[in-house]
Amino acid sequence: MRPFTTCRALSQALDSKECTSVELTQTYLHRLETANPKLNAVITIDRAGAEAAAIAADEVRSKGHATPLTGVPIIHKDIFCTEGLLTTCASRMLHNFVSPYDATVVRHLKAAGTVCLGKANMDEFAMGSSNENSAYGSVGNPWSQAHVPGGSSGGSAAAVGAGLAPLATGTDTGGSIRQPAAFCGVTGLKPTYGRVSRYGMIAFASSLDQGGPLAHDAEDAALMLSYMAGFDERDSTSARREDEWLLQLRDQGLGPTAPGLTIGLAREFFTALEDSSHLDAVRKTLEGLGHTCIDISLPNAEAAIPAYYVIAGAEASTNLSRYDGVRYGHRCEDPISLEDLYERSRSEGFGEEVKRRILTGTYALSVGYFDAYYLKAQKIRRLISNDFHQAFQHVDVILTPTAPGPAFKTGALNQDTIAMYQQDKFTVPVSLAGLPALSMPCGFSGGLPLGAQLIGPAFREDLILSLARDYQVETDWHLQHPEPLL
Amino acid sequence: MPDRIDIAHLASLARLSLDDAAQERANHDLQEIIHMIDAMQAISTEGIEPMTNVMDSTQRLRMDQATETVERDTFQAIAPATAQGYYLVPRVVE
Repeated sequence: MRPFTTCRALSQALDSKECTSVELTQTYLHRLETANPKLNAVITIDRAGAEAAAIAADEVRSKGHATPLTGVPIIHKDIFCTEGLLTTCASRMLHNFVSPYDATVVRHLKAAGTVCLGKANMDEFAMGSSNENSAYGSVGNPWSQAHVPGGSSGGSAAAVGAGLAPLATGTDTGGSIRQPAAFCGVTGLKPTYGRVSRYGMIAFASSLDQGGPLAHDAEDAALMLSYMAGFDERDSTSARREDEWLLQLRDQGLGPTAPGLTIGLAREFFTALEDSSHLDAVRKTLEGLGHTCIDISLPNAEAAIPAYYVIAGAEASTNLSRYDGVRYGHRCEDPISLEDLYERSRSEGFGEEVKRRILTGTYALSVGYFDAYYLKAQKIRRLISNDFHQAFQHVDVILTPTAPGPAFKTGALNQDTIAMYQQDKFTVPVSLAGLPALSMPCGFSGGLPLGAQLIGPAFREDLILSLARDYQVETDWHLQHPEPLL
Repeated sequence: MPDRIDIAHLASLARLSLDDAAQERANHDLQEIIHMIDAMQAISTEGIEPMTNVMDSTQRLRMDQATETVERDTFQAIAPATAQGYYLVPRVVE
C-alpha cells in the first residue's frame, strides 16, 4: 500500500481483501520505525499493541462487523490517556506515567477498530506553536527537517504529513490542530467546544481544549470525527447533540455542499498578511463552485491573543497544580519537607514554557490583578464571540489564513516569546468563541505548505468539512506529498 | 504594570523554586508578556458580562450517587511512594 493513502481507500482495500490489517500495520510500523529517528514525530511506538489490535481487527472484519475504521492505523497525541501505554504529555513530569484508563476519544476509536501505532510528540502540556517545547526533543517538518511542524500537535501533523499514519488525533486550545495541519500540508479540524469529550485528555485550559482529527483530506477528517464525537457523562462540558449527519457520513461520506453559500472574508486577517495570493486563489475556487464571497469585519480579533494568554495561563496554572509529586508522575529525590517535595518535583518536572505560563496565570489570578486581567479577558472573550455571532447573521462560513506564513525554521522564534505567541493570531479568536474550524492545504511558499482556515457556526462542522471536501475535489494541494523519509 | 514583578512571591504561590538566573529570566519574560496583555486595556468592555463558558451553559448536575469504584491498588501502582494503601509524603507533624 502506497504511503499517503487515505483512510477510506485503506478501508476499501481491507474490505476487498486486497490486504489484511496485519499486513497494513506491519507496513506502517516499518515506515514509522524507519522515519522516526529522523523526524521524531512519535514518542512511543507500540509495536506489540498494534500487532495484537491488527489481528483482532482482521477477525472482526472476517465476521462482517467492521466499521470503516476497522484495521486502519492511527497515532494518538501523547496527551490522550491510553491504558497500559506511556502517556507523557511530552513532559519530564509524566516521563513514567502509565494511565490506568483510556481517554474517551481513545476508547471510541478503539471500539471502532483502529490500530494504535503509538503516541505522537507534542509541545509539553500542549503549550507551544512549534513543537520545540517537548522534553522529548523537537519534531521535523516532513517537507523540510530544518523547519518546525507547528504545534502543539506537531508530532500528529508531521506523522500524517510524512505518510507514517493515515490518521492522528490532536488537541487544539488556541490553534494546536490547525496551525500544525497548515505547516505539514494536512487537513485538521478543531470541532466545536463540547463536541468531543475531554475525559482522559490531559487538561491545559479546560474552557478551550478540544480534541479533533488530523488526516489527508476533509472526508477522512469527517469520518474520524464521526467516531471521536459524542456526549460523555464524564466530561462536565460535553454537549448533548444528536446530529444525524455525523452518523450518516459513515456510510455515505460527506457529500457536496449546496451551492450558494455566503463566505465571509475577515478583513483584519487578510491585511495582516504579507502575501495573500494563495487565499485569493481559494476565494476564486470557492466562487467557481457557486458561492459568494463578501468582506466582513471581526473588530475585536486583535485583542484575542492578549485575552487568550490570560485565560489559558490562568486555567493552566490551576490545572497544573495537580502535579505535586505525590500521586503520580515525577517526584524529586529525598524531599526534606512537603513544601520541598512540591517545589522541587514541579521545578524539575516542568519545562521553561510551562513554568512561564503557570507564572503568567498565577499573576493574572493574584490579588489586585484579577479584575484588570482575568475578568477583563473574559469580557473581551464575549466581545470576540459576539463579533462572530454578528458575522454569522450575514455569512454561512468564514475564510481566513490559518497562520501568518508557512513553517518557520527550527530555533527562529523560540527565544522570542511574543513573536511565537503571535503565530496563533488567526486561530485563537475562533478558540475563544468555541467555534468549529479546520485548516486545509491551499498552496506552497518556498516549498512549504500553506493552510486556509474555514470557520463555521457552532456545531456546523458538516458545513466547513463539506466545503473543504468540495475545494479538495477542485484542487490537488492536499494530494501533494513530501519525499518519503525511507 | 509594576516595574518589577515579585517573581519570588509568584513562584512560591505556584509552588515552583527558581534560582537567581531563572528568576531574572522569568522577570524579563513576564514583563514582556504583561506588556503584551495590557493591550486589552485599550478595549472598552463597559456593560459586557464576562464569558465563563462559550456555550453560556450552566454546570450539568447529576444524581448524588457513587458512579466510580475505588481501585486503590491500580491507582497507587503508579504512585512514587506508598505504604499500606497510603500515599507517602515527608513528615508534616512532629
